[in-house]
Amino acid sequence: MSLSRTARALVAAMGAAVMLTACGSSGDAGSGGSNITLNVNLFGNFGYKALYDEYQKAHPNIKIAEHTAAYNDHHRDLATHLATGTGAGDIEGVDTGFIAQMRAVGKQFTDLGTDRASQYLPWKWQASMTKDGKQIGYGTDVGGLAICYRRDLFEQAGLPSDREAVSAQWAAGWDKYIEAGKKYTEKAPKGTAFFDGGGALYNAVIGQAPQGFYSEDDSIVVGTNPEVRKAWDLVVKGIQANLSAKLIESSPEWNNGFAKGQFATIACPAWMMTKIKDQAKAYAGKWDVAAVPGGGGNWGGSYLTVPKQGKHVEEAKALAAWLTAPEQQAKIFTSQGLLPSIPALYDKPEIAQYKDPFFNNAPVGTIFTTAAKQLKPQYQGPRTGDIQTTIRDGLVRVEQGKQNSEQSWQQTVSDVDRLKK
Amino acid sequence: MTLLNRLDTKGSPYLYVTPFFLLFGVFGLFPLLYTGYVSFNDWDLLDAGEHTWVGLANYRELLHDPYFWNALGNTLSIWVLSTVPQLLAALWIAHLLNHRLRARTSLRMGVLLPNITSIVAVTIVFTQMFGRDFGMINWLLGLTGLGPVDWQANTWSSHLAISVIVAWRWTGYNALIYLASMQAIPHDLYEAAELDGASSGQQFWRITVPQLRPTIIFTAVISTIGGLQVMAEPLLFAGSSTPTGGSDRQFQTAALFMYEQGFREFRFGYASAIAWTLCLVIAVFAIANYLLTRRIANDEE
Repeated sequence: MSLSRTARALVAAMGAAVMLTACGSSGDAGSGGSNITLNVNLFGNFGYKALYDEYQKAHPNIKIAEHTAAYNDHHRDLATHLATGTGAGDIEGVDTGFIAQMRAVGKQFTDLGTDRASQYLPWKWQASMTKDGKQIGYGTDVGGLAICYRRDLFEQAGLPSDREAVSAQWAAGWDKYIEAGKKYTEKAPKGTAFFDGGGALYNAVIGQAPQGFYSEDDSIVVGTNPEVRKAWDLVVKGIQANLSAKLIESSPEWNNGFAKGQFATIACPAWMMTKIKDQAKAYAGKWDVAAVPGGGGNWGGSYLTVPKQGKHVEEAKALAAWLTAPEQQAKIFTSQGLLPSIPALYDKPEIAQYKDPFFNNAPVGTIFTTAAKQLKPQYQGPRTGDIQTTIRDGLVRVEQGKQNSEQSWQQTVSDVDRLKK
Repeated sequence: MTLLNRLDTKGSPYLYVTPFFLLFGVFGLFPLLYTGYVSFNDWDLLDAGEHTWVGLANYRELLHDPYFWNALGNTLSIWVLSTVPQLLAALWIAHLLNHRLRARTSLRMGVLLPNITSIVAVTIVFTQMFGRDFGMINWLLGLTGLGPVDWQANTWSSHLAISVIVAWRWTGYNALIYLASMQAIPHDLYEAAELDGASSGQQFWRITVPQLRPTIIFTAVISTIGGLQVMAEPLLFAGSSTPTGGSDRQFQTAALFMYEQGFREFRFGYASAIAWTLCLVIAVFAIANYLLTRRIANDEE
């Protein structure tokens, strides 16, 4: 009998050893002392790098570690971490396209309270609020909408390149934008197209509609809202006129397209300026910013959330509040071009009069704050991000010549129907 | 003491094999059974595991889901395109390495390099080579006057490109396995054959291949299991990190479809049903392959 007890003890010891090694690797070093590390998980470039240093100096016990992933990967990871109850960062960035999905599982996030409600654009504040009135995210930026274009390419193609003239050319609406594109294509410099890709253009066009993919009761109206089809037809017209460089937004090829100068215009929310600066360094001063056809509109913009599963919720809340505070939002606009979601800033001279040398000293302060003031908010539902991707794939099928517009539209609508389940 | 001795001889062996069974139970058997349980539920991953029992509904839906059959077809196509040339090439490479070659050891180690390189790095590099506008392969095709191919857009071209990535990664690995068992073939067989005037080709087909029979069966089965689970390559090949495998799902594999349902749609139950179905499909193909390769190898004798 004694040996069987030894055997049992041995097995137990072995099991314990296995468990100890398993735990050892994931054990965290920060929880004991007063020194803590806050993990900030983001996508793309939020422009926080310089701010972290400032915050760490003021709070010597806090270390900030930022992790960035690609847009879709980031949101999928976050959802997975929420589902499994572990692995999320102390602060998680969430884009407009996914905020409604996170809002629906709002119990997974820390309630940030109502203290700052009066600071924000009302629609920005509302969009991250759960049905029972909990606030899950501090708004970072809003997109606004403009058109960024390459002056030099416009000149070579014999189009007016002055930003007033460019804006006037398509002030009447997107049809005029397509017409300008046709003119561009007649004398286009070799290897360049008029816009980057159907999917990105589509997001801008639908961003101006009063109603997008959802009605306010969270039901999908892609198949029935005429605006959705109208935007589709417009983009298809551009594709059929050979204006598209056929690049998929956020893909490596798309990034490459900036560097190689494969397209002359791009629908340009304020955050797109950051991407252009990152990717098209060689073309500094050659880019410029014009008004968007039809005026107003929004595409994108983000939030900082604090998942409940984090170990340092209070510290994370403080950091998120600080990063999104008016002073910091103002700094990020002038350093990175991300448009603040706090309207009191729009009339501050350092923002309203800001000119960006990268964009040929375009008065981006005026352009984007004007756009943001005119902006009519559009209701976003839980699957907005995935619907955008599904529609993009539909437009890619047209670009690739796999299907005609009607076939692809039918398939897109039925694919969106699958998302509802 | 005698009792203790008896226990020692009877009990100790079990003790020695316990770690494997413990680990297998935790990381193999439990997930398998739990996945089976989940597959009978409507299970929302995002909503912290809210679930209701739905019986076979997930499996019924799966059998009528055209996107599942599409994914399965793509999987089989990519599997055939990658495995058949891969194993033939591996056999040939092993044959070369088994003979008089300069720098034999470094070459033998070299063929394993693709296998230990990160799959993500490999796929990203290949995806750039297969790029539409600036890819090296289209550049070469341009030089020969064949014109560029939009590798991602077409079904055949995307399958071919993905198969190349898979084959590049695994050919060397299989070659080493073949090589190991080639070296176990008694050398006097070859000497005798040489005395009888058999050419190198005859020696290969009449001696090497039949002697390798168990190894060929092994690699065929392993490649089947791996090939039908291909996921990272098509996911990264799309470039936009969407799990639909191209604009028209033209290169979405079954494993990728499972990933889409589980981690984009958050339908944990449906994804589990796909997992179990895929497991059965792989079992069927592995058995079929075992029988087939055994038959072929038998014919050689």
